[in-house]
Amino acid sequence: MTSPDSTTTFDSTSIEQLARSVVEANPPSETPLEVLMGAWYDAGLSWVHFPVGLGGLDAPRSLQPVANRVIQAAGGPEPRTVNTIGYGIVAGTIRRYASPDLAGRLLRPLATGEEKWCQLFSEPGAGSDLAGLATRAVRDGDGWRVTGQKVWNSLAHIARWGVLLARTDPDAPKHKGITYFIVDMESAGVDVRPLRQITGRAHFNEVFLEGVYIPDSHRLGDVGAGWIVANSTLGDERTSLGDRVPARGGGAIADAIELWQNRPDRHTAALREKLTRLWIRAETHRLTSDRVRVAAATRETAGPESAITKLVGSELTQHIYEFCMELLGAEGTLIDTYSPDAPDDTSGPTAIQRKYLRSRATTIEGGTSEIQRNVIGERVLKLPQEFRRDKNVPWREVPR
Amino acid sequence: MTSATVAPTTFAPDPIERRTPPVTQDFTFTDDFFELKAMLKEFCDEVSPEEVVRETMTAGQGYDLSLWRRLGTELGVLGLAVPTELGGDGAGLVFTAGVVEELGAALLCGPVLGTLCLAVPALCALSDRDIQARYLPTLLNGEQVATLAISSPDGTFVADALTVTAENTEGGWRLSGTVEQVIDGIAADIILVPATTSAGTALFAVDRRAEGLQRTALSTLDLTRQQARVKFDSCPAELLAAESEAPEVCTRSLQTALVLMAAEQVGGSQRMLDATVGHVSSRFQFGQPVGAFQSVKHRCANMLVALEQARSAVYHAAWALQDGTDDPKLAASLAHFVASEAYLWISASAIQLHGGLGFTWEGLPHLYFKRATSDGLIFGSAADHLEVVATTAIDTLGRHA
Repeated sequence: MTSPDSTTTFDSTSIEQLARSVVEANPPSETPLEVLMGAWYDAGLSWVHFPVGLGGLDAPRSLQPVANRVIQAAGGPEPRTVNTIGYGIVAGTIRRYASPDLAGRLLRPLATGEEKWCQLFSEPGAGSDLAGLATRAVRDGDGWRVTGQKVWNSLAHIARWGVLLARTDPDAPKHKGITYFIVDMESAGVDVRPLRQITGRAHFNEVFLEGVYIPDSHRLGDVGAGWIVANSTLGDERTSLGDRVPARGGGAIADAIELWQNRPDRHTAALREKLTRLWIRAETHRLTSDRVRVAAATRETAGPESAITKLVGSELTQHIYEFCMELLGAEGTLIDTYSPDAPDDTSGPTAIQRKYLRSRATTIEGGTSEIQRNVIGERVLKLPQEFRRDKNVPWREVPR
Repeated sequence: MTSATVAPTTFAPDPIERRTPPVTQDFTFTDDFFELKAMLKEFCDEVSPEEVVRETMTAGQGYDLSLWRRLGTELGVLGLAVPTELGGDGAGLVFTAGVVEELGAALLCGPVLGTLCLAVPALCALSDRDIQARYLPTLLNGEQVATLAISSPDGTFVADALTVTAENTEGGWRLSGTVEQVIDGIAADIILVPATTSAGTALFAVDRRAEGLQRTALSTLDLTRQQARVKFDSCPAELLAAESEAPEVCTRSLQTALVLMAAEQVGGSQRMLDATVGHVSSRFQFGQPVGAFQSVKHRCANMLVALEQARSAVYHAAWALQDGTDDPKLAASLAHFVASEAYLWISASAIQLHGGLGFTWEGLPHLYFKRATSDGLIFGSAADHLEVVATTAIDTLGRHA
């Protein structure tokens, strides 16, 4: 296998060659996933813009899709699906804020999927206003003790690690008293309870933290600087949720097209126009995502304009599945199962119905559409901020 | 998601190349592109600010052709998409789209649509180099103005929709018929005309001084863009393209115009968004800027979203026509549809968010709302271009196996 050399300048040809050499040496159909993804990581292809030795090549970020296309074309996974939250949200934060030792310990098993990650941010009382969170972390010797309740935690039931926001200074204004930690989900005092969603599945969880010990070495960023660290992560999340844009006609619109092809008996002029409008929106969304990616290729942190693609993609997904249900007609009133143990929300004999239900989450997760429009208004268009009652007020004194 | 779901697919030798459509060149804007746009903006701010637009649009001719000549000579931006062997810069359609975007943002009163968007692309598509050498230089330096007189209700070339016939007489070709609405028909020194012959459609040029040419200025909803009724009464004309070539030339011209008009729509939308953000940030009601209220802020956010979707579709289409990276018919109609809906909604939103001021003659938004309305109707409505997309992208889907 080609070994990464930090002095090499990479372009799309050399990245493609390197990726091919990895999948040829580890044919995806015959190689255990963790071995394949381990080789992928060791070759620096997990995040090509990361440093050599940490799953990267110090190459331009824009080359990542070149590598990903190679592994997928060879029958391998879209790497991110191996560890959704780990790739989409955590890796960039670890790379920016963790010590080299800690990053070296955590990133490889993250990349291979052997250690899954979850995010412990939202709370019952802190959703859109995440900075109002109430989970407390207090000093205890060389570390911290954390107590509180988190919610809407995908994959927490199988995660080995979590990224956590906790309040370390309740007397500071809300944004300034938060610190960012990494939690070992196997620690004493961590209680993960499944939470059923409207699809019937228990994919999300509530996580109760009762005096959970976290060593100070697992703190990312300064004490009280957690909001800054989290913002880089939230930007990544917007990108990771908004930029999954495949080739023309791919993604959610592919379901609508396939259904349209399968159900000529349901064709009407009105539905044809709806499908055309959705197809156009899907295509312009795809093009916009491409444009945002090209523009952001040289930048480290996802910018606020990623709020545009997140907003558009999530609303489009809902409208596509609403259209699909209309196309199904009465058949759409049937669903195969509401079992909490269903393997996912996207397959099975009534996949459309399940995706239709699942799509209601897209405009809530990763920042609601309402919040995205605030972000676009205030951070992209620089419109005046709305009056905020809790601004510059100690967190302890804010009504809740 | 705990175990590998590895499909037993064989390794594809060229996974990148197999992807369609190729979009590899899209959206890699160079510094030159942004410098060009900045230069155009500076020029328009200086020579064609709002007061000048208002004066020019209500003056006799409606256009200030001295400005047009400055664009051709001083700035030299009229031939960017014209190949170097034809006397242009060979920079490509993306650059011209950038120019038209800025001219649209300023509502510059000139023969942008007739000359730059219709006539020049038509002439570039001809096979006869001598004709190109005679007509293009004076159009590219702004000395002369041209247009395409074509009846095209849905924005595509349809031979049956043509309203002019051509006859080859002893004294040469003669045209007869009327085109009811010709963009820049009064200002044009040269009128390109597709006409029906005994063998199909051919393309002709008519000089402004030709006998039998009658032009009547029309009163337009958008005062910044002129139209005329043009009547040909056995009017002498020069053959530019024979029947074997003319339909393709007209199609190319219309597709280019659709994309460039869409760029103009993006430019106008951007200006309306900027003006609206400025207004709602400085207009105080209830003790705070109205832009701080979410109902207003979210509408502005939606304006930006619509604008950026349109911008993506427009520049994708410009690249598609420039480099052949996508079906030009689909790309042009998609861009025009998205930009038409965006511009109309954004300029209507600008009126709404300017409140009472937005409905006044003195207010800025109505000028753009009228251009948006005009752009969205003159070469096919949004519904027409939706239909093109439907027939191209949806009706072609086969029954699923």
